[in-house]
Amino acid sequence: MAQVHLRDVVKKYGVLEVVHSINLDIADGEFVVLVGPSGCGKSTTLRMIAGLEAISGGDVRIGDTVVNDLPPRERNISMVFQNYALYPHMSVRENLGFSLKISKRPQEEIDKAVDEAAEILSLTPLLDRKPGALSGGQRQRVAMGRAIVRHPEVFLFDEPLSNLDAKLRTQMRVEIKKLHQKLKSTIVYVTHDQVEAMTLADRIVIMRDGHIEQVGTPLDVFENPVNTFVGTFIGSPPMNLLDGTVKNGNIQFADGSTITAPPGYDLSDGQAVTFGVRADNIMPVGHALPRGEHIAEVELEVNLTEPLGTETLLFATLAGAEVQAKMLNPRPVQAGERLTFQVMLDRCHLFDAETGVALKV
Amino acid sequence: MANNTNHQARRVALKWMHSVGLFLAMMVLCVPGLWIVLNSFRPTVEIMAKPPVWIPNDLNLDHYRAMFGGIGEGSVPVLTYFTNSLIISVTSTVIAILIGMAGGYAFARYKFKFKGGIFVGLMVTRAVPGVALSLPLFILFARIGIIDTHIGMILAYVAMNVPFTVWLIDGFFRQVPPELAEAAEIDGCTRWQAFWRVEFPVARSGVASAGIFAFLTSWNEYALASQLTRSTTSKTMPVGLLDFTSEFTLNWGGMCALAVLMIIPALILTFLVQKHLIAGLTFGGVKG
Repeated sequence: MAQVHLRDVVKKYGVLEVVHSINLDIADGEFVVLVGPSGCGKSTTLRMIAGLEAISGGDVRIGDTVVNDLPPRERNISMVFQNYALYPHMSVRENLGFSLKISKRPQEEIDKAVDEAAEILSLTPLLDRKPGALSGGQRQRVAMGRAIVRHPEVFLFDEPLSNLDAKLRTQMRVEIKKLHQKLKSTIVYVTHDQVEAMTLADRIVIMRDGHIEQVGTPLDVFENPVNTFVGTFIGSPPMNLLDGTVKNGNIQFADGSTITAPPGYDLSDGQAVTFGVRADNIMPVGHALPRGEHIAEVELEVNLTEPLGTETLLFATLAGAEVQAKMLNPRPVQAGERLTFQVMLDRCHLFDAETGVALKV
Repeated sequence: MANNTNHQARRVALKWMHSVGLFLAMMVLCVPGLWIVLNSFRPTVEIMAKPPVWIPNDLNLDHYRAMFGGIGEGSVPVLTYFTNSLIISVTSTVIAILIGMAGGYAFARYKFKFKGGIFVGLMVTRAVPGVALSLPLFILFARIGIIDTHIGMILAYVAMNVPFTVWLIDGFFRQVPPELAEAAEIDGCTRWQAFWRVEFPVARSGVASAGIFAFLTSWNEYALASQLTRSTTSKTMPVGLLDFTSEFTLNWGGMCALAVLMIIPALILTFLVQKHLIAGLTFGGVKG
């Protein structure tokens, strides 16, 4: 087990810089998820930790060693790839034991380690099959088994679930989390799926365009996004954002309508802000207990509904923009119906209109 | 209902047409080969008979006996030719495969300057018919004194086969996902081990097919060999076939016997390697 430290790590392809001087400290045994839209540099960062990409600047440390120039085999890591990368010409048993065989361990030790890993991942009946004869979920488990056989210091996961169907993905997500609880190892996990990030991570690292936008626990980044990007990226449906200006303690939107400004902000008249509110915090009156002390009521016309069973998403127009609201304890709602909604102001966010940075002090 | 019967009739008719078509195609492919085998066992009189005798009356080993006997009409230094052919083909194939693997891997995996241009350049050399090179090659080889040597023939065949093996092996390595080698490196392999223990076994069907093609090309090549070989020191079997022609006669039976001898090793090799020719080993290791 070990910590991982990134110090001013830069990745350049020729003159093009794709990862800009990032810093990150990962504690021993921590499950850290790098999340961001495609092209944000998260996989590149992971591959630099793995040693599959050269580091253009800065230091990567695993434990106490700077590993910048060490080949992957000397970093004591293991990695699960998006496409699994199982060796197609070897049986499951050989796939699992390959790393131990390469390091010339005695056969009894290899057999024992393979059987143990197979037991953990319920692969025992499949040991003599070739990867070609396995289903997607089974291949995924073999890939994980190959990673755990060696007891590495750090596990790296590169979008391991994105090739699985939705149901299996949920199931494997739970298995990965259980595995982490059992092994208590350091895990760096890359995904573009914010649900995966929220459910798995001890800490989430949100990346965009080669920069780290925010690092924090899942609840922290959900409740206190540092900017509009994090606000819309984390949470589903994404946070509703409305541009407006501050006027007498209210936010006035482009169409002239106003809403009381959320409490706890230091605002001046005429300041341009972006008002952010999640669907969970706009609810029709009587459909959930209002959360917080500061409530604003608005009457909105519902354009579209998305019933999800336990809740229904309502698409309504607020100040000329479409916002998503939520209805717990759903009842049928017709398009065009006008409902009074409660906005829980304590849970709303204000961002600088120009930079998108959160205004909360 | 009528419509249904109609479709049924059409399906049966189509099936028959398929079979007939396949039969004709197989005839075109197989009859010449069978005719050679058959003729090698028949007396010359019967081979030359007009109208042709389709069903042989008399089968014997006379042509083979004469060929190996070493005396009289139809005797040729068959074993020497066979050895020459074998040495030249095997050596040139091994070299072409080694170069092809190195080149194919480089083209499949690495980025370098003028990659596209070099690749097209390699392919263009294949567009030049081999015979067109025979005169320049002859002059060149004569100057450096490697006319009628194994080395000369091996060089010529390596040059002929390398572009092809590079192209074919490149295609196979392209199908091997780079993550396999990366996974192997993380599992503790050096770059070299990752290639030999993972990438090569996965792509070996491609290497095997390149090998067969290279071997058959050199084994069967006639045009260049007829120019660059002079005597029994380097004459290959296809050139040796000409020994059966003399000023007034053509020993068809003997020629066929030698041709059969040429076909056998090629057949054996193809059978040995054919299981590797079934591509698709790469499927399954990664998400398919």
